[in-house]
Amino acid sequence: MEQLVKFSVVVNEGPYTHQASDSAYQFTKAALEKGHEIYRVFFYHDGVNNGTRLTVPPQDERNIQVNWTELAEQHELDLVVCVAAAQRRGVLDKSEADRLGKDADNIAPGFRISGLGQLIDAGIASDRLVTFGD
Amino acid sequence: MLHTINKSPFETSTFASCLGHAAAGDAVLLIEDGVYAAIADTEPGKQIKAKNGTVSFYVLGPDVAARGLTNGSLAEGIQVVDYAGFVDLVAEHEVAQAWL
Repeated sequence: MEQLVKFSVVVNEGPYTHQASDSAYQFTKAALEKGHEIYRVFFYHDGVNNGTRLTVPPQDERNIQVNWTELAEQHELDLVVCVAAAQRRGVLDKSEADRLGKDADNIAPGFRISGLGQLIDAGIASDRLVTFGD
Repeated sequence: MLHTINKSPFETSTFASCLGHAAAGDAVLLIEDGVYAAIADTEPGKQIKAKNGTVSFYVLGPDVAARGLTNGSLAEGIQVVDYAGFVDLVAEHEVAQAWL
């Protein structure tokens, strides 16, 4: 019986431009299939763009945001979007939109906005931290 | 330690930097465009063959296939893994260092 490990994953790039989010998704899925725990997936820098529900890729193409959302629903994943990186790029939840006087929010189901402390916490609380970027 | 490289050695110097830092017993996993370093008879491919044994080399099979490469075209001694194998490598090594 191989040892089960607690992983956290960092995604530093947005969807469709770099392979990072696809690689991170496939890694996360494979880890869950092997019975490991995913403590958190942290979306940083352009990675926050994975967390907008307003992307509409062609129907015959993979929908990276929906893939993450569905994986989160199946496994109760904690998908965290960095608040400072998200504000710069226009990724907002309802309370952030209200607070900042914006007329809409776009955070995707399964994602939540929080601070960089969540990445530090993931590094401390997990056995392994795996980074995907450009 | 596990090192992951995701860029072609013909594009950036991360493969060379990684090999310069990798200690005996470390593992190097080539993913995404990093798999181009694994092609036999290229300069990086020769380095893999030469250093294999001191450092273990792995390549992500789906990323090899996605680029039209075949496992037969890869440097001698490199091991092909799938995403489950990627997960195993991270689990087996105390630290995973991404050379971005």
